[in-house]
Amino acid sequence: MLEARELEATRGSATLFRGIGFALRPGALLRVTGANGSGKTSLLRVLCGLAAPSAGEVRWNGTDVRALREDYWKQLAYVGHANALKDELTAAENLEIACALAGLDAAPARVQAAIARFGLAGRERLPVKLLSQGQRRRAALARLALSEALPLWILDEPFSALDADAVERVQSAAGEHLARGGMIVLTTHQEARIEARSATDINLGDGRTEARPSH
Amino acid sequence: MLAALRTVIRRDLLLAMRNKSDAANTLLFFVIVSSLFPLGVGPEPALLRTIAPGVVWVAALLASMLALARLFAADYADGTLEQLALAPQPLAAFVAAKILAHWLVSGLPLVLIAPLLGLQFDLSGTALLTLMASLLIGTPVLSLLGAVGAALTLGLRASGVLVPLIVLPLTVPVLVFGAGAVEAASSGLGAQAHLSLLGAFLLISAALSPWAAAVGIRIALE
Amino acid sequence: MNWFKYSSPATFYPLAGKMAPWFFAAAALSAVPGLYISFFVAPTDFQQGESYRIIFIHVPAAWMSMFIYVVMAFWAGVGLAFNTRLSSMMASALAPTGALMTFIALWTGSLWGKPTWGAWWVWDARLTSELILLFLYFGFMALQAAIDDPRRADKAGAVLALLGVVNVPIIYFSVQWWNTLHQGASVSLTRSPTMAATMLAGMLIMALAFWMYSIAASLLRVRSIILERERAADWVREWREAAR
Repeated sequence: MLEARELEATRGSATLFRGIGFALRPGALLRVTGANGSGKTSLLRVLCGLAAPSAGEVRWNGTDVRALREDYWKQLAYVGHANALKDELTAAENLEIACALAGLDAAPARVQAAIARFGLAGRERLPVKLLSQGQRRRAALARLALSEALPLWILDEPFSALDADAVERVQSAAGEHLARGGMIVLTTHQEARIEARSATDINLGDGRTEARPSH
Repeated sequence: MLAALRTVIRRDLLLAMRNKSDAANTLLFFVIVSSLFPLGVGPEPALLRTIAPGVVWVAALLASMLALARLFAADYADGTLEQLALAPQPLAAFVAAKILAHWLVSGLPLVLIAPLLGLQFDLSGTALLTLMASLLIGTPVLSLLGAVGAALTLGLRASGVLVPLIVLPLTVPVLVFGAGAVEAASSGLGAQAHLSLLGAFLLISAALSPWAAAVGIRIALE
Repeated sequence: MNWFKYSSPATFYPLAGKMAPWFFAAAALSAVPGLYISFFVAPTDFQQGESYRIIFIHVPAAWMSMFIYVVMAFWAGVGLAFNTRLSSMMASALAPTGALMTFIALWTGSLWGKPTWGAWWVWDARLTSELILLFLYFGFMALQAAIDDPRRADKAGAVLALLGVVNVPIIYFSVQWWNTLHQGASVSLTRSPTMAATMLAGMLIMALAFWMYSIAASLLRVRSIILERERAADWVREWREAAR
């Protein structure tokens, strides 16, 4: 279970958000909304344990994630704003390396399936620099298809640069993850149509949390 | 854990293979800088023999500073550094692996080409061997110390100038004993003591630097 | 007395303002007799004549330059480990004073070198170490100046200062080794005359003056840093209202 209590973050001398709190249980989805500059990415980086909040704490199964460190990170898949792809390597090579670093099983057949699942079949042997923005985003998100063993997914704007087909593929992968008891935190401007037992929206503009009927 | 470290080393070597010009440029810089000195001070062989160890070592220092810009910057820009920081293994171990890969690509070639530069300066056979030995032990120290500087300046506008500015003063002991080893060998004193001290620096910096660089990376990512 | 009360910038700011003038006064009060002893009372050196008297400024400045680096690294390290803003600010405030002391040590060393060695600069072990120390100070200040976010500047500076403090003894001994190998200057500035009691007294009083000055100057500088960093805080706004 991922819990946040009274989180506050500042940029320079300005406060981005304060008093953010929630509890995310297995199978639950948390959508973070807010205008540009409201601190969505900052919140996700705090939840990952990359950045320290200026107040409050994030707990994973009851322990502060800043103390858990590697024990927390081995249960976490984070897809950030940047795609974390190497331009000179192919999509398949990128995926294999990312999985090896995260300690995930990267058997060639699984990598191939992940690439196909995100609609990149036939392009897996091209260096990433020859792919379009949207295709690169697909390659970055294909890591999720190999991360079913990681309970917590934190996704920063997963739908940016994606076409309707790719959005559909990401939503179905996310739905399956929630169905098997995973947890997802994501930021998005779009309405995400993800199958979830419980879905919560949190708006950083007013700090309000509201439960949403699931689709 | 070892598998993950091997992956990092293999990845960085693969990237260097697909982007050969980067490593070649560092080597070229090293050769050009040391070839400029005879043009500056004159072709007197006795003088050249005297300044050779210092010149080659200073050129190696500058060349490795130049190469440091690539150590973490690309990973920082494309988001892979974040992924390393969120991996189940300690970041310091990945940093050590990256430094090793970086040295293999940018430090080892300097060691291998150094005898050629030594010939330009009319160094004797023993002096050439000692030059190689001192660079072999000393250049990893430069990569290790430089990694901390590269980590601390990640993403800063002025990082290209800043890294040498903050790292070069720390490399003074390596320069003193690296160039000193060659001089000692030329004068028949034996370079054992110098090389042992360089080895001690290598051990100390290998123990401390990856850890300090990892702290620096986390500071930069925050 | 509750020391933790003064670990917050808001309470330390007025305290530093109250203390600084006292330290300046102490610096002036010890500098006057110190300089008098150094230049009029201490005996002329039989070997170097009057030019040796520069050591009364050179040696205390060299002591301070090294000592301040260690203190700076200490405060920076405390700031990094315990996330206390004031200690990091203290480290940043000490750096320019440390650099100034290093510069004074180099400058006076050079002034002494001309009559003694016949050159403004000789690669003497002590002077070379001071030069590298000056580079270390410059590196610390340049790194902090290049980082816009003050928290990141504090932490990055701390890592560099700690790395430097581990390195300073190694640099010092390697320069010493290098110097003996290359048969450097045979007369050293600090190893020169046998210390007469009055000379020792003069040097210690001058050292006290440098100490007091360094503390006063850093207190004033830390006040400016506090104001700059905390300009948006309520207490600064109230304080400005009151001052108007």
